[in-house]
Amino acid sequence: MHIGNFKETYDADEAVFRTPTVRWWMGALFVALAIFPFAADDYLLYMANLTGIAIVGALGLNILTGFAGQISLGHAAFVGVGAYTSAILTTRLGMPFLLCLPLSGLMAAALGVIVGAPSMRMKGLYLCIATLAAQMIFMFVFIHWESLTGGIRGINVPPPTIFGLKADTEFKYYFVTLPVVILAVAATRNIFRTRVGRAFIAIRDRDISAELMGINLFRYKLYAFAISSFMAGVAGCLWVNFIKIVTPEHFPLHESIRYLAMIIVGGLGSVLGTIFGAIFMTLVPEILKNILSIFQAMNPTAMSYLFPLQSVVFGAMIVGFLVLEPHGLAEIWRRMKDFFRLWPFEY
Amino acid sequence: MDIFLQLMVSGVAVGGIYALIALGFVLIYKATSILNFATGEFMMLGAYFCYTFLVLLGLPVIPTFLIVMLCAALLGFLVERLILRHMLGQPTISIVMATIGLGSILTGLAEILWSSDFKSFPQIFPRAPIDLGFAIVRSNMFYGFLISITAVIVFSLIFKYAKVGIAMRATANDQMAAYSMGINVRSMFTLAWALGAIAAGLGGVVIGNIGGIQPNLGQIGLKIFPVVILGGLDSIGGAILGGFIIGVVENLAGGYLGPYFGGGVKDLAPFVLLVMILMVKPYGLFGKREIERL
Amino acid sequence: MGILEVDTLSLSFGGLQVLSDVSLDVSEGRIFAIIGPNGAGKTSILNCIGGFYRPDAGRIAFDGRDLSRVSTDRRAALGLARTFQNIALFHGMTVLDNIKLGAHAHLKTGLLASVLYWGAAHHEEMQLRREVEEEIIDFLEIEDIRNLPVRALPYGLQKRVELGRALAMRPRVLLMDEPVAGMNAEETEDMARFILDIKEERDVTIILIEHDMNVIMDISDHVAVINFGRKIAEGTPEAVADHPEVIRAYLGEKKG
Repeated sequence: MHIGNFKETYDADEAVFRTPTVRWWMGALFVALAIFPFAADDYLLYMANLTGIAIVGALGLNILTGFAGQISLGHAAFVGVGAYTSAILTTRLGMPFLLCLPLSGLMAAALGVIVGAPSMRMKGLYLCIATLAAQMIFMFVFIHWESLTGGIRGINVPPPTIFGLKADTEFKYYFVTLPVVILAVAATRNIFRTRVGRAFIAIRDRDISAELMGINLFRYKLYAFAISSFMAGVAGCLWVNFIKIVTPEHFPLHESIRYLAMIIVGGLGSVLGTIFGAIFMTLVPEILKNILSIFQAMNPTAMSYLFPLQSVVFGAMIVGFLVLEPHGLAEIWRRMKDFFRLWPFEY
Repeated sequence: MDIFLQLMVSGVAVGGIYALIALGFVLIYKATSILNFATGEFMMLGAYFCYTFLVLLGLPVIPTFLIVMLCAALLGFLVERLILRHMLGQPTISIVMATIGLGSILTGLAEILWSSDFKSFPQIFPRAPIDLGFAIVRSNMFYGFLISITAVIVFSLIFKYAKVGIAMRATANDQMAAYSMGINVRSMFTLAWALGAIAAGLGGVVIGNIGGIQPNLGQIGLKIFPVVILGGLDSIGGAILGGFIIGVVENLAGGYLGPYFGGGVKDLAPFVLLVMILMVKPYGLFGKREIERL
Repeated sequence: MGILEVDTLSLSFGGLQVLSDVSLDVSEGRIFAIIGPNGAGKTSILNCIGGFYRPDAGRIAFDGRDLSRVSTDRRAALGLARTFQNIALFHGMTVLDNIKLGAHAHLKTGLLASVLYWGAAHHEEMQLRREVEEEIIDFLEIEDIRNLPVRALPYGLQKRVELGRALAMRPRVLLMDEPVAGMNAEETEDMARFILDIKEERDVTIILIEHDMNVIMDISDHVAVINFGRKIAEGTPEAVADHPEVIRAYLGEKKG
């Protein structure tokens, strides 16, 4: 419990950053995020960009699956739609990046609404498998609609130019990714301060009584699909302009599962958890890979045994969190905060 | 030889195997309401168990089969006891993800234990192709089909008539009621996982015998979803019929559309069919829609 | 002409006839109680009025308007609110958010406005917060629990929060399914007082299902008795209590 935390207006009570302490920490975080690129090397900046892109994509999935309760096994496909849309608009029409970004999102959202439309009649596991089918069908289109997508060779994209500046290094791209991440986090927080977000959670908790409370289930499920795939599309656009090539192998079922793993590990239905989960699931496999490559240098033949360890660890992280801490990193963070808030006067 | 008949026959043969693996999936779903996304990996491990005892340890065929079934049952038992039992009451997505994570662990372990190299089985059955008069079937395919169908029939009979089968169905129908009738619901869950793993493992043995094995064999497991959705998740008869339909559809699609769209069509067709079916019947062809109460 | 009219309503599931030719005429501003043995079909009547079940035959009119073509969520917007026998709160939300959710149909914020938040959506949310605080949280005396998650609350308080959520729907007719079931004497008394206050101060018509005959006799203006899906008696609480059919339905036939 906060002590001596009184609000004088409802406005103050509903604010996102409610206490001076929280505002102070948030300020410190923003300063750190601004200083980081000047202190970090290219590799760290590369990882930071990947993490940022993962946060945007995972936020979208958490809105749909964690908050609104609609399981999707096809999230990577929508990231792919965004990436291809951006690549095609850039290379064919020469469209500027700042226009590609929202258009990639809109294209993915439009397809997301089409995939989400059956959610009115299907529930739970049936919907889950319908999204699996969508993942398969999108992949097939990415590979085989060669005149549009370039088939398995994909499309090469030039580095984006924003306000005359070319974002062609990890350092410069950091300043593209960061604002998008901040906007995505703010937008998600905002949704859950209004009736739209409450309706999402109500549909997840009890869809029948949500409908009796006046919520149009079909409309709000489509909203959830639209928002979710919009963010996926934006993440895809960020991705392709960062990596500078898009091929189908970037968006397999395994990538959809990786996004699900982020929100499971971070915490279903938690914005902060999404951020933690995206960071964790981007960095841990990378760290593991680096450790394994050290072993490889020592003993090259051991690699055939060590390499598969990555899928074991990936699976073990998912299962481990689900069994030991189902509410994810967000819950661990909350407990840590509670501990330090009263520390050293716990009793 | 008529190409259509040929495609139909190989479709039915593959369909029988799909039916067996799908059965492994539905047995678990019916008793526990859990979608086992690791069914494909169970299948893959069944194939590796068989390879280990048959090739590496040189056991004869029949004992190998029995040992494989035993190992598969143990696998199902362990998975239920170590993971799923601790997840009662968690949301659907969490349980789905647990089985996906499990699949990833099993694939990695298989690769560590048996390496990622392709392995093929020795010839167990007579090599000569079987001539049915209107079509020719590869011998492995033919005997694989026979094994699968026998297993499917045995499992269905157990589920329908044996005392444990009836107890399992009662559990599937109403856990609380089954519990109050003195059925040990928890051991029914364990039993369902063991039986499901046996069915999937046997399916793996058959598939491995036809096409050889690799750790990523589990990906075939994804095809189970069109099969089981087609039939309705909770219908055993539906799963068997779904197996045949998907087997035939993918062979026809591969044979007739493949030349125009490339190789992926065969694998895609089941999913397109799945989407079309769900548009018309959101609970599959034979699935029950539950009456909801307030 | 009552505010809510149920005319020869019939409902069946498979071969089971749940309701047969049930007619009710609920006058505005009254407390209308529906009583009957368990399984008689009382909750099914509320489910038909709310739109969760579609009746096989019969007509339901709300303020003279036929509801048969009005979707479930639109019925809530018209002013039909509901509380449930087995509390149906949203467990992932706080007390405050549950109550705010009740106002959903009366708010305007759309998807885009919610993403942007500052401006119209913010204004609407602040107004809603004030309204919820002043008219519901004060009234139900739940100030101290407003920021708790509902799943942490004891049963009696959950029932109260659910009533709060129904009030946020700005009801003209409030359907209450066993509001005092499982409550102790003190909680029951509080709830009965709330129900009377809602009727008198807010001009809300109340349709109530209840087994507690003391509460029925104390607060209801009119009682209908349902048994095996049929209405077997109707009238003032006193008249119904002495009705021979009712005594037979509750106590069984007298032998000999």
